[in-house]
Amino acid sequence: MKISIQINEGPYQHQASDSAYQFVKTAIEKGHEIFRVFFYHDGVDNASRFTVPPQDDRHIVNNWAELGIKNADGSDVELVVCVAAALRRGMLDESEAGKNGIDGNNIHPAFRISGLGQLIEAGIQSDRLVVFGD
Amino acid sequence: MLHTVNKSSFERNSLQSCLNTIDDTSVVLLIEDGVICAANNANSSMLADLAAQGRVFALQGDVDARGISSKVADNIKLVDYAGFVDLVVEHGTAVSWL
Amino acid sequence: MMSTKKFMYLNRRAPYGTVYALESLEVVLIAAAFEQDVSLAFIDDGVYQIVEGQNTDGIGMKNFSKTYHALGDYDINQLYVSAESLEERGLSADDLMPLVYEDEDDDWAEKPSVKVVSNAELSKILSEQDVCLSF
Repeated sequence: MKISIQINEGPYQHQASDSAYQFVKTAIEKGHEIFRVFFYHDGVDNASRFTVPPQDDRHIVNNWAELGIKNADGSDVELVVCVAAALRRGMLDESEAGKNGIDGNNIHPAFRISGLGQLIEAGIQSDRLVVFGD
Repeated sequence: MLHTVNKSSFERNSLQSCLNTIDDTSVVLLIEDGVICAANNANSSMLADLAAQGRVFALQGDVDARGISSKVADNIKLVDYAGFVDLVVEHGTAVSWL
Repeated sequence: MMSTKKFMYLNRRAPYGTVYALESLEVVLIAAAFEQDVSLAFIDDGVYQIVEGQNTDGIGMKNFSKTYHALGDYDINQLYVSAESLEERGLSADDLMPLVYEDEDDDWAEKPSVKVVSNAELSKILSEQDVCLSF
């Protein structure tokens, strides 16, 4: 099946991102296609390239970034960060930083900033959409 | 439908709200802190009927993490993440009670 | 051509204490452009999102309640409010914003978008949905 995921919370503060990651990893192992993972609300913080978690614990951002970025059929797992939620919370890629006169950017390259339409489209195109949050 | 509940019934009314609007065929999967609802405790009656019908599941990993595997009601079915994925595939629309 | 799916937006939290009400509404407004069958459900403290008379002057936050009035213009007119949730909170339909839409199939007659429904009715409505987004 084609499955999409919505993640509403940031790394470590809530279990949402961890649960979603385990679900996605397992779904891929079982041969399902993960169409899109959409990060909303504080979920955008999962895309920060600046996290430095303790060495003896999981690195949530890297887990997502390294997700094999591959579905079983070779298609990419899209990691999409909502632009409105990201800007509000100070999560910027190079382009948004430039547009807004901010002298730095912090989105990990494995993630793509885009609009809320991507979430709706994920709901339309996928067979299932599962929300992980608080 | 698949209804997931991720909060303890002692913390939030999520389980109650789920039960208020669940239909006759949907199933409930308890995940994260929601697995506390699966344990034998003062709120066990909330899920008793559904569990007796075999419609309540709990994520094993979250149960074990919280050290309550010996407390889970007998008729609540434990599943791993593979089982979670299967439930999503099998039961149509997923509703998350946060 | 895109198939039409039934999208349900599940709102269970009061506005302002957390961002979920605002950001959920932002999704709904974007969703309008996709011409799907959209419903909003207000359950538990979510009913406070459409309570009339919100005034945020004293808390320095933007009052976004006016935005709900725009939903009708975007063909989003299926707003379901849990009767039980209202009653538990000492509220009634009269406390809610008079959100309306113009029915193009009925000579643009103005009709209420908000329907107060029982949990039993909500259960049926929920079971018909293809996609349910929770915030």
